[in-house]
Amino acid sequence: MWQRWRERFIEKTIAASGMFSIIVVILIFLFLLKEGLALFRTVPMTDFLGGDRWYPISEPPRFGVLPLILGSCVVTLGAIVLAVPVSIASALFISEIAAGWAKDALKTGIELLAAIPSVVLGFLGMAVLAPWIKYLFQLPTGLTALTGSIILALMAMPTIVSITEDALAAVPRGYREAALALGATRWQMMSRVLLPAARPGILAAVMLGIGRVIGETMAVMMVTGNAAVIPRSVLQPVRTMTATIAAEMGEAVRGSDHYFALFAIGIVLFAISFLLNAAADLFLHQERH
Amino acid sequence: MSQPKLQVEHLNLSYGPFHALNDITMAIAPRQVTAMIGPSGCGKSSLLRCFNRMNELIEQARMTGRILLDGEDITQTATPLVTLRKRIGMVFQRPNPFPLSIFENLAFGVRIHELAAGRAIPQIVEHSLQAVGLWDPLKDRLRRSALRLSLEQQQRLCIARLLAVQPEVLLMDEPCSALDPIATAKVEELIHQLKREYTIVIVTHNMQQAARVSDATGFLLLGELIEFDATERIFTAPRDPRTEAYITGRFG
Ligand SMILES: Nc1ncnc2c1ncn2[C@@H]1O[C@H](COP(=O)(O)OP(=O)(O)O)[C@@H](O)[C@H]1O
Ligand SMILES: [Mg+2]
Repeated sequence: MWQRWRERFIEKTIAASGMFSIIVVILIFLFLLKEGLALFRTVPMTDFLGGDRWYPISEPPRFGVLPLILGSCVVTLGAIVLAVPVSIASALFISEIAAGWAKDALKTGIELLAAIPSVVLGFLGMAVLAPWIKYLFQLPTGLTALTGSIILALMAMPTIVSITEDALAAVPRGYREAALALGATRWQMMSRVLLPAARPGILAAVMLGIGRVIGETMAVMMVTGNAAVIPRSVLQPVRTMTATIAAEMGEAVRGSDHYFALFAIGIVLFAISFLLNAAADLFLHQERH
Repeated sequence: MSQPKLQVEHLNLSYGPFHALNDITMAIAPRQVTAMIGPSGCGKSSLLRCFNRMNELIEQARMTGRILLDGEDITQTATPLVTLRKRIGMVFQRPNPFPLSIFENLAFGVRIHELAAGRAIPQIVEHSLQAVGLWDPLKDRLRRSALRLSLEQQQRLCIARLLAVQPEVLLMDEPCSALDPIATAKVEELIHQLKREYTIVIVTHNMQQAARVSDATGFLLLGELIEFDATERIFTAPRDPRTEAYITGRFG
């Protein structure tokens, strides 16, 4: 009797916790929608999404989010272009080539990379990387989209490497043996059989890597220079959506258009992250068939 | 007897402390089917994997002795593995087509060995599929994933994938063990046709299969080659009492 009562209590508690987290997510989402959509009572949606000027406190204010979306895209794309090849190569090295201490060393190194707080990476970017980029390209400032991409690539790597590694480990040994027994070299085996076989998992890894990068705030704010202009080159300062929200939320007057506009940016970010996660899920799911 | 295709001399193989093959000496005749039989764990697969040196993927495996292919020692470190494995191909126990299209599976070997390019590749694909009787059923579905084929068709495809690189020897490690009896019969029929052009070494723990498809048979027991002779002779008048015990089903 007591036993049964206890079982039911535990079950109910677990169910309640699950429900609670779902409810919290829904509430956050509703709040975001309510505050964000309030902007469009005074500012047309096209001015927001299509406008190329973000002057939230000038008179009249301009809430064109395009430079911020493009800023996020440029920095993210750059980070992915830098991180993906290196990450896939590292995963291949860990799972197929390295043995013994080299494998352990690399795995530990990448785990440590994941453990570095983003503000520390941002600080390193400012103190070390930015002066270096300024010097190398002879720029007026080293705080550029490229600087942000490099720092973000370092942050995305651990995610991409570890998920790619899992995807490679899930490829049946028979494929490797078949390729080698046909006279393939190790590299041919990896590039022509292993990578295609692991492709869904690798795509998911890249999606999650992008998700990690696009939501990052602190480091980007520190190293990208924060100029809200449409980027024409990766060697220009840019400003991302996340950095904008973080930097301006403190000074925006509650209930003002500026305040609502920051929430509207939040909706855009949320939508992008959601789509990325859904895509990653789709790829991972597809892999299981 | 003509020169053997493969000559095995005092072959020993160990996995770390475990001695898996003990002083094997035998000669495999060209364009014949040679079967290796014996109970599970006696070293049949290990022996087969010496011929294409796949055991070298296993870190602790050590091989001594000589294996001559057309009179040439292939156990030397200088032997290029890529060419060796092109000449001596292998079919595995579980069909293992690549998770690529049927066409790409067949083109794989042709591409890595640069045997042909451009328009010649589809021709090789067609020939190889024809050789295993898959051309007619599959010719309109070459772009489909090879994983969607039945197990029997997958195994045939794996054989076709080998034929595409024009090997000389086919090693088959229990090629029918994942197949049902009807599919098995079809693959055995295929093996029978292939021996006109290829030297075949087949491992099986199915004695009826050895009796049906092979010309010569070797009986392995605990890493030792107990007896090696014409199949007819092994199955009708074995010299060693252990062979007799095995083929009459008294152990194994
Ligand atoms: N990679 C390996 N490491 C250690 N021992 C192995 C390995 N592969 C096979 N063996 C051992 O070698 C013996 C022969 O194995 P195998 O050649 O697979 O036998 P069979 O194919 O006749 O069933 C078995 O006792 C097995 O346990
Ligand atoms: Mg075996």
